[in-house]
Amino acid sequence: MEYFLGIDYPTLWFLVVGLLFSGYAILEGFDYGAGAWHLFFKKDLSRRIAINAIGPLWDANQVWLVIGGGALFAGFPVMYATMLSSMYVPFMLFLMLLVLRSSAIKFRSAEQMLWWRKTWDIIYFTSNVLISFLLGVVLANILQGLEIGENYSYKGGMFFSFLNPYAIMVGLTTVSLFMTQGAIFLLLKTEGRLHARLTFLLKKGMIFFIVSFAVTSLYTLVFLPGVTDRFKENPVFFIVPVLAFLAVANVPRLVSKKKYGIALVFSSLTMAFLLMLVAVQLYPVLLPSSVDPAYSVTIYNAASSQKSLGIMLTIVLIGSPLLAGYFLFLYRTFHGKVKLDDTSY
Amino acid sequence: MDTEILARIQFAFTIAFHYIYPPLSIGIGLIMVIMEGMYLKTKNKQYEILTRFWLKIFAITFGIGVATGIIMEFEFGTNWSVYSRYVGDIFGSALAAEGLFAFGLESAFLGVLLFGWNRVSPKVHFISTIGVFLGSMFSAVWIVVANSWQQTPAGYHIVGEGFNARAEVTDFWAMVFNPSSVDRIIHVWQGAFLAGAFLVLSVHAYYLLKGRYIEISKKAFKIALGLATIVSLTQLLSGHSSADGVAVNQPAKLAAMEGHYEKSAPADLYLFGWVNDETQEVTGIKLPGGLSFLVHQDFDAPITGLNAFPKEDRPGQVNAVFQFYHIMISIGMFLIGLTLYASFLWWRGKLFDKKWLLKIFAFSVLLPQIANQVGWFAAEMGRQPWIVYGHLRTNEGFSQEVSSNQILFSLILFLVVYTLLFLLFIYSLNKKIKHGPYDEAKNPDEFLKYV
Repeated sequence: MEYFLGIDYPTLWFLVVGLLFSGYAILEGFDYGAGAWHLFFKKDLSRRIAINAIGPLWDANQVWLVIGGGALFAGFPVMYATMLSSMYVPFMLFLMLLVLRSSAIKFRSAEQMLWWRKTWDIIYFTSNVLISFLLGVVLANILQGLEIGENYSYKGGMFFSFLNPYAIMVGLTTVSLFMTQGAIFLLLKTEGRLHARLTFLLKKGMIFFIVSFAVTSLYTLVFLPGVTDRFKENPVFFIVPVLAFLAVANVPRLVSKKKYGIALVFSSLTMAFLLMLVAVQLYPVLLPSSVDPAYSVTIYNAASSQKSLGIMLTIVLIGSPLLAGYFLFLYRTFHGKVKLDDTSY
Repeated sequence: MDTEILARIQFAFTIAFHYIYPPLSIGIGLIMVIMEGMYLKTKNKQYEILTRFWLKIFAITFGIGVATGIIMEFEFGTNWSVYSRYVGDIFGSALAAEGLFAFGLESAFLGVLLFGWNRVSPKVHFISTIGVFLGSMFSAVWIVVANSWQQTPAGYHIVGEGFNARAEVTDFWAMVFNPSSVDRIIHVWQGAFLAGAFLVLSVHAYYLLKGRYIEISKKAFKIALGLATIVSLTQLLSGHSSADGVAVNQPAKLAAMEGHYEKSAPADLYLFGWVNDETQEVTGIKLPGGLSFLVHQDFDAPITGLNAFPKEDRPGQVNAVFQFYHIMISIGMFLIGLTLYASFLWWRGKLFDKKWLLKIFAFSVLLPQIANQVGWFAAEMGRQPWIVYGHLRTNEGFSQEVSSNQILFSLILFLVVYTLLFLLFIYSLNKKIKHGPYDEAKNPDEFLKYV
């Protein structure tokens, strides 16, 4: 086994993938979240402003999904293959909704007709809500474990088994988390009456978030077996849920003080800490088998060769400063409130 | 229908649909770089109008390309899980490099390209255009590297047995520069340039025929014609070099492309024909010994034929491979003739005098698209029955745990969503062309001075 800074390669790659998915959740969190508010804005102009708030950014934010998926394929091909083929239906729906969502952004404002815009508005709203929901559903199914047998073959249900009560709960929590994130982001990008409307909506959204968060956390602690084991073994990790809880509590406080920039940082931290919680709980397992723990997909039996992981870690070391540079440039260029012009959607 | 066939149909459908758009984006991207570069150099407003007009069309093709491309990235896992586990160690690093180096570059600069006209200086905007263009070129590199490795594996060894067998990388650069990758990257780039150039030629030929935007259309037409002439000629070279590689590395594919069955005999080159797989005969017009000459520069040199391989190790659809390959070649030849003739007229100062020629250009936008599609069909069907040449068969590579009902469900969804997407694409493309670049100028009177 090869090591870098005292950490073995599969663990390092686990961190890389975790970081990429956290980035995806944070950035697309406000994209999907902003879209999940879409039908709550009544005026056409408000809807256009909301879309153009993410207009120049969403394509770049989506890169995190593309790189995250690529990193999973590259580093843990067994996990990539097993997860996607086992949860075939939710992933196909997720992908199809991504296509519909992109089309809605591109085509919604291309025509003046009322029916055209209204139809796309409904598609846009629905796809954003369902995408967020499905991401939560997938995460919940991973946490609960899937019926994985010998040779990573999936033995479970084909169409609806992924929609169990826990998955629905985590799905709704994800929607509420993204909506909070999205509303805070939109508050940073808007002014005037839309801004006032969003302040009102965000309050409702945060209640939705805190209730669903509390219910899901309780359910997880009570009904998911072994969920606290890791923390009993190693009390140091208790810091993660504590941090997550502090970040969650801090968001409403900052919002009421109208410090939206910092509030966005803390709601992003919430997501990062929650994913870290999942990671700590699972490690070194990636996809638990509910049939027999011996069949679980772990970072060791799923990993690519040491050689391949070494190459990819080099790629990441070269690539990430470049990517960071592009993002800085992009976000600086489009800093500030949305102003519609002839290039807008 | 069984799972394997459905998985193959779905993959073929989604990848063929996807492949309409990225080549257009790469080709239009290059032309936009030229147009905007000319604008910065000459400060001639006409080039700015052109750049802004093509940017609008670029935005649609790029958007659909990304949306349908993300599906491809995950479809390996959903429908080809055995294959994904087998190649992940190799394929994965190419995909990761694509995401980080190429897709990151193009998507981050895309925002500035599309929405930055009024926010950044013309120079910074030009740099963004170049960034997006280079990003799309790099994307093509990594994707074609991954596919080429499936055709001609290199820099790897096989570890494990049976279900747990997989390829592991031993030499990264040998994997990247596997025997077919360089030829195929260049060939794919050229196909993409032609797709973009012929769309530009078609649209501006249409304007010239209608008598609209004459001045700028002439400029755009010349830029695209120059590019198309050079590329269609040089594509012959990369095509030839590619076929030479196929002769060495995938002899069964080469034999299928020309319908050559005899184990070892001089092979003919067909202009067109029809392969009867039962009688192993080809009916058509041929140059006797032509294939032998192209490969060995000798009309009598023997070429390995399909019968040298056991039935289960050679492509099943010989006639299809033959037809697709020959359609690609015929279109390539036609495009060379067309662009050379037009360039000759340009040299004589009569480029825009012949209406029938402009009409041909207006319609020939479909030709590079068809050639790109059938070229890939020939390459992929010619690789059969292998998904990784010589190592893993297609009928071993698909996801065993996915049921045929699930694929039927997703396939129907894809058909519905992609039909809708295609109609939207055609509709908005048509609308933007009909509308013309008029919108791009803030002051109509001033605009009219330039067109």
